[in-house]
Amino acid sequence: MTEVRLETRALSRYFGALMAVQGVDFKLDAGARHALIGPNGAGKTTFINLLTGVLPPTDGHVLLGGRDITDKAQAERVKLGIARTFQINRLFRGLSVLENVCISVAERAGAAGSMLYPAGRRTDVIDESMHLLQTLKLADDAGHRVSELPYGRQRLVELAITIGLKPEVLLLDEPAAGVPSAESHIILDAIERLPEHIAVLIIEHDMDVVFRFAKRVTVMVGGAVFAEGTPREIETNPEVRAVYLGQAGQRSDQGPKNA
Amino acid sequence: MNAAGDPTSETRGAEASLAKRTENPAVRILTRRHRLRWWEALPWITAIVSYFAFPDYLGFGAELLVTILFALSLDLALGYAGIITLGHAAFFGAGAYTVGMLAYYGIWSEPITSLALAALAAAVIGALSGLVLLRTKGLTLLMLTLCTMALLEQAANMGHDYTGGFDGLPSLAIAPVFGVFEFNPLYADTQFLYALGVLLICFAFVRTLVYSSFGQSLTGIRENVLRMHAIGSPVRRRLVICYTISAALAGIAGGLWAQTNAYVNLSTLGLDRAATVLIVLILGGYGRLYGAFVGAVVYLALEHFLAQIYPTAWQLGLGLVLVVIALFARNGILGLAEVLWRRWRDSLSRRKRAERTAS
Repeated sequence: MTEVRLETRALSRYFGALMAVQGVDFKLDAGARHALIGPNGAGKTTFINLLTGVLPPTDGHVLLGGRDITDKAQAERVKLGIARTFQINRLFRGLSVLENVCISVAERAGAAGSMLYPAGRRTDVIDESMHLLQTLKLADDAGHRVSELPYGRQRLVELAITIGLKPEVLLLDEPAAGVPSAESHIILDAIERLPEHIAVLIIEHDMDVVFRFAKRVTVMVGGAVFAEGTPREIETNPEVRAVYLGQAGQRSDQGPKNA
Repeated sequence: MNAAGDPTSETRGAEASLAKRTENPAVRILTRRHRLRWWEALPWITAIVSYFAFPDYLGFGAELLVTILFALSLDLALGYAGIITLGHAAFFGAGAYTVGMLAYYGIWSEPITSLALAALAAAVIGALSGLVLLRTKGLTLLMLTLCTMALLEQAANMGHDYTGGFDGLPSLAIAPVFGVFEFNPLYADTQFLYALGVLLICFAFVRTLVYSSFGQSLTGIRENVLRMHAIGSPVRRRLVICYTISAALAGIAGGLWAQTNAYVNLSTLGLDRAATVLIVLILGGYGRLYGAFVGAVVYLALEHFLAQIYPTAWQLGLGLVLVVIALFARNGILGLAEVLWRRWRDSLSRRKRAERTAS
């Protein structure tokens, strides 16, 4: 049996009367390739926000490597190794691709607080960032302003910034969202080449992506875990199929946002 | 270095790939950005030449230098960290009144240590207000900075037993610089050179700061604060530190103003001053260090000469210039210059390429 990296116990979050996430017990193993799926408004993004500490839970606990981190702020959780990407790009749009990654790498390497030493002399930071861009096949775009890149490449930068944090747990919120299908393979290739020891949780709507990537799938509906299993089990589960065809998904339409 | 790397490329000679990486123009830009360039000497050479060439304008020159320093302090907060403030004169005034009150009551009049105390007083106010203010953003932040300044202005107005109230504190006796160079109210050569020296030191500090990793992270906060949170950056702490440093520099500018003018009054704390410095920075171009220089020169020169030509309607001319800048040069004069320079260089290289293919 593999070690559990990230765990939630009876995790809940209510927005007024809306139960966005209710009593979720969830386990993410070390080195996992785990997909979280569910209809719009099922509480997937709220769940990610609870894991990363953007939102405090109404109830329940989050544990990282067996240690309770429920009270830890977002920044502390990043230092402990939980990193995420966003469904909609959150990049330093006016800066070059290389600078985007450097800011993240410098933060992780503990360089970002230094005031009197030129950033340009932190060759360790710059070199690591450039290496990362090479592995993601972004090196040729390193000097380009992020806002000048096509959307698919911007999604890669989003990924690069997060990988630069060297996370143990990586939460990918619809990494290929908005990317034209002709370009989406570059994102998927990059995700498949992630270091094996990282535990990856991916939220995705595209079932091809889920079945290509994930070893385990959790289905969320109406803020609760609806089913969990191997991709095969999920695929053949008649209730899950029904949810995805819309019959059982009505409750989830009240979700707070496109989660 | 273990991020997503395939093992073969790593064993195939890390040195070769390192050399290849440093060849990348993006890397070159980043590793050389902090280096001094030849044209960076120009402002200082201009200042020294002006000292000899325009001896009648040294008072004007000292005021210009003070304005540059004040705009530079604002650039750090507004241009680099993206802290929207309309109350920066609070710190200018705090510095000015610190120097003014110490000198007026004969407590302390040595100029350089007085400036250090002015910086300290402004920094304390900056840190305390920043801890509260910087929890907010946008319009709320703007209003709160304005309120902080108004509070200080009222305090200075009502505490007239100490601050001189509306009349301020006149005829400050400032000790000679280094105990040798006296401030002469009629001939401002000492004031000019002293202000130039202070500006040079402060500028060297700001320049170091913005090219450091800390400065880079401030740019990150300006560009996308949510992402900075998501990469684990202590955003609020960085902002408070930046705001405090910016306040200290504004305090030095205010102290310098009090010393070179030999008086302080409520105008150092007013909205007029806060708005003027904002205009100066936007005119020159914010977030680019030298915007403060260009903006201050253009603004004060316009003010000076327009006031001579049209004593009654000079502000109209200034307003027109600002409208043109706001419409056609969002990034100020320096931003506009950069765009034109790029365009010229691109067309030149295109023409060269065309010639080469033709021959």
